[in-house]
Amino acid sequence: MEKDLQDKIEGLIASKKIFLFMKGTPDAPMCGFSAGVTNVLRSLGADYNSFNVLSDMNVREGIKEFANWPTIPQLYIDGEFVGGHDIVVEMARSGELQKKIGA
Amino acid sequence: MTVQEIQEKIQAGLPGSEVEIEDPYNDGVHIKAIVKFSGFAGKSIVEQHRMVYATLKDELKAEVHALGLETKVS
Repeated sequence: MEKDLQDKIEGLIASKKIFLFMKGTPDAPMCGFSAGVTNVLRSLGADYNSFNVLSDMNVREGIKEFANWPTIPQLYIDGEFVGGHDIVVEMARSGELQKKIGA
Repeated sequence: MTVQEIQEKIQAGLPGSEVEIEDPYNDGVHIKAIVKFSGFAGKSIVEQHRMVYATLKDELKAEVHALGLETKVS
């Protein structure tokens, strides 16, 4: 991966404790799985930033390689890749996500 | 790519796994795979999902837009 792109992705992830790469925005998600994750975060009252990958093809493809994860959304907490939709939903159900975000 | 082919690909990549596919809209796009595999033991959920994704590398680049995944240690 190009260094500029890697720096950009790392900068985004570092910009906030909880960071979400998604399709669309939290107010207007463009995919069911992105909507699902924003719903979970909203229900927990999480304070997070997000990036709309549909606005930047390089980031959209780059984060798949960055996280070794083929799909979007991707949630990061404290700079660490947490998972995609299914994992986030499962962790919220078990209470693990609440602990991670300090909710 | 049919649901059957996805199931076979996962099973070929994770020998001995049990794979159940749900296709709630019957469109072959928004599918969910439930995978039970002894090789998941000791792996984090992220690693378990990565192992399944690795078997579907090419498919995930192309037509399978939305693969739901549930993994269990068998």
